[in-house]
Amino acid sequence: MSLFVMEGVSKRFGGVRALSNADLVVEAGRIHAVLGENGAGKSTLIKIMAGVLSPDEGRMLLDGAPVSFASPAAANAAGIACIFQELSLVPDLSVADNISISNPPRRFGLIDRGAQRRIAEQALARAGAENIHPLALVKDLPLSRRQMVEIAKALARKPRILILDEATSALTAADVTKIYGVLKRLRADGLALIFISHRMHEIAELADECTVFCNGRSVASYAAGTKTDNEVVELMIGREYNAVFPQRATRPASGAPPLLEVRKLNWTDRLSDISLELRAGEVIGLGGLDGQGQRELLLALFGVLHGATGEIAVDGKPVTIGGPHAAKRKEIGMALIPEDRKTEGLMLPMSVRDNLSFAALPRLSRWGVVDRAAEREAVDRIVQLLAVRTDGVDGPAGALSGGNQQKVVIGKWLMMAPRILLLNDPTRGIDVGTKQEMYQLLRELANGGAGILFYSTDYDELIGCCDRVLVMYDGAIRRQLVGAEITERALVSSALNLGAEAADRAPARTLQ
Amino acid sequence: MRSDGSYWLREHRGTLLAFAAFVAMFAIYAGNHPAGLNANVATTAANKGVLLAIVAMAQTLVVLTSGIDLSVGMVMVLANCLASTIVVGSPGETALGVLGVLFTGALCGAINGLIVIYGRLQPIVTTIATSSVYYGAALALRRVPGGDVNATLADALTGQLPGGVPASLVLLVAIVVIVWLPFRRSALGRAAYAVGSSEVAAYMSGVPIRRAKFAAYTLSGLLASMAGLFLTCITYSGEASAANGGQYTLYSIAAVVLGGVSLFGGSGSAIGAIFGALMFRTIGDLLFVFNVEPLWQPLFQGIVLVAAVCLGSLRLLRIRNRLDLYG
Repeated sequence: MSLFVMEGVSKRFGGVRALSNADLVVEAGRIHAVLGENGAGKSTLIKIMAGVLSPDEGRMLLDGAPVSFASPAAANAAGIACIFQELSLVPDLSVADNISISNPPRRFGLIDRGAQRRIAEQALARAGAENIHPLALVKDLPLSRRQMVEIAKALARKPRILILDEATSALTAADVTKIYGVLKRLRADGLALIFISHRMHEIAELADECTVFCNGRSVASYAAGTKTDNEVVELMIGREYNAVFPQRATRPASGAPPLLEVRKLNWTDRLSDISLELRAGEVIGLGGLDGQGQRELLLALFGVLHGATGEIAVDGKPVTIGGPHAAKRKEIGMALIPEDRKTEGLMLPMSVRDNLSFAALPRLSRWGVVDRAAEREAVDRIVQLLAVRTDGVDGPAGALSGGNQQKVVIGKWLMMAPRILLLNDPTRGIDVGTKQEMYQLLRELANGGAGILFYSTDYDELIGCCDRVLVMYDGAIRRQLVGAEITERALVSSALNLGAEAADRAPARTLQ
Repeated sequence: MRSDGSYWLREHRGTLLAFAAFVAMFAIYAGNHPAGLNANVATTAANKGVLLAIVAMAQTLVVLTSGIDLSVGMVMVLANCLASTIVVGSPGETALGVLGVLFTGALCGAINGLIVIYGRLQPIVTTIATSSVYYGAALALRRVPGGDVNATLADALTGQLPGGVPASLVLLVAIVVIVWLPFRRSALGRAAYAVGSSEVAAYMSGVPIRRAKFAAYTLSGLLASMAGLFLTCITYSGEASAANGGQYTLYSIAAVVLGGVSLFGGSGSAIGAIFGALMFRTIGDLLFVFNVEPLWQPLFQGIVLVAAVCLGSLRLLRIRNRLDLYG
């Protein structure tokens, strides 16, 4: 008998069928990968399993007996723990408080802090995160550490079924390796693991079974390794799968000054002596482990960081960028696609139209009044260009799927025709199809004369998309890789700062 | 890895700062008092301070859940009017009267909580509305100021213990130990912090959100009625004073802010709010010892409050990443 079965499960939101007649069979002691584009229904499926949503049709069987969950607490009680993509940690409480939050250990009716701390230490150790202090406040931890706490929290509940929704997307490479070990151990302990990821090599490494979702339906279930990557991707996107990455442009040498020139940029101890040149038509990748100053570099260029020192020149002319508003100015034309689209990129309750036109409103206004016709035309153009899948541009941005939200964020900045585009890990948690469209778009923008600085935690992306990659370590650019030098091996070894010579015997280069 | 102590300091920074600021102000006050710090001066100061401190604790409970309670002052006034009617007579009758007052306060808080939770109304709107209701009830009880209170009880709570220690301070410590500390250390109290910090994360984690909010509002009402009872003991009478109610509500919010409790919820402590309240009272007393005309008192209290809030946000100047400002 299977541990957990979903049969013919459907869910509608208004007019949109998020899930229709979906099936899933989960066995104990196996890792089950769930694949699909964003909007394919994976998130809805998981929310139903975790008790966040109730299905409109269909049934769920646990140990062969029908179950239904009225709340996350009920799903928890049945032994299902979920690690959500959007974190479920309480920022103002400590790590230990969070790990025991739903059922703290008690003595005489009061929380037993000693026991709670021991539980936290054990859970953190199980997740391979002993270096996180149980008394640290969650809001003081960086995103990747929080994700480890989230995993420890789920493990502390001793679940029978553990669901990981893009749980590795925020982790550093070292943590990912640890988590792989943890997941394999849990599998050996007889847990059922349901694993959602957009990283194919993760699925190849971990999964025993796979189920592919497309447009709200479960289109195929198969034993891992019985289909090629291309077959899987075709199932996911339901269309022919071509070369993932667009052709690189052969850039004519130009005597023009670089579009963006940075000299000796410093900020606290997080950025040290960053110098780089970005030319029109160029896509530069920022590589390295997560949290080595890449995000800070982009924010410093965008004028968001106080007290950053150094020289920035645009078109050879020195500029001072005092903040996003200044960066938007025509002579600079800089745009930043943020990492956290929900808080920094979008106003979720507002309409897709409003979100798209915000940054460009001054251009769409006459004497301070928005020209509605011009706005509509511009918005429609962008929605079409980016193939944003929406019920209509007047619906709230929050109703879109993750990939489509990210398209709106990018579209918002495209509306003001930026010349310098800064991207902070823009494809995190985005499906293959949308990613591909995004790569194509970036290359088109570059071919149109824009310069792109592109931070990504996905090595494949850096290899496929970038003309050059600057690898950062500990706040400094340690290595530059150009063209064919950009290999996974070179990226990984330089990200770990193993030393350029040792990595592949190539002479260390000075940055141009 | 940093030591446990540094994490403790980080978590209690607001409370410790409020404590330090209060000690500094009180030292200046005591050092400059014409009569010096004798037992009578201390008792008078303590009684005034403790009254506001209890109301501030009541406010803290609701603020922690990222709500705000604009009815605390009126619950205090209602409790005051009720106490001046029923906390009289034999020790037995007095005890029953005290229970009646406390029950009424808890009931008022529970009503606020139920409306906020099940009516899904915003706390600010709910408590503005209910504060009118509670004031109406107070007026019905006592159209004109008057009434009485059991003198033994009143003298015991507002007088001095052997050695000149103000009894009210012992009362305050007792309330902290009986009401606040168990709440802070209970699963429900933890849930209240979680709800205030991030209601979505709390829900996803299976935290009992409704029970936590209900507990916070009910205890808030209970504490406000304790303040009303204590006010009766100070004045020996009851008065349905709208001015009093409004003033204590506003002062309680000021005390909460001075005490390092985040108005966004989820962080801070009622102990911090107590020192915030004592600090706020000391401002008035400082003006007295420096012979400033009483008419200036509201102005100076306001200036100090604004200055303190600015000081509290000094940390914002240190923030190097502007995005953190909006987090």
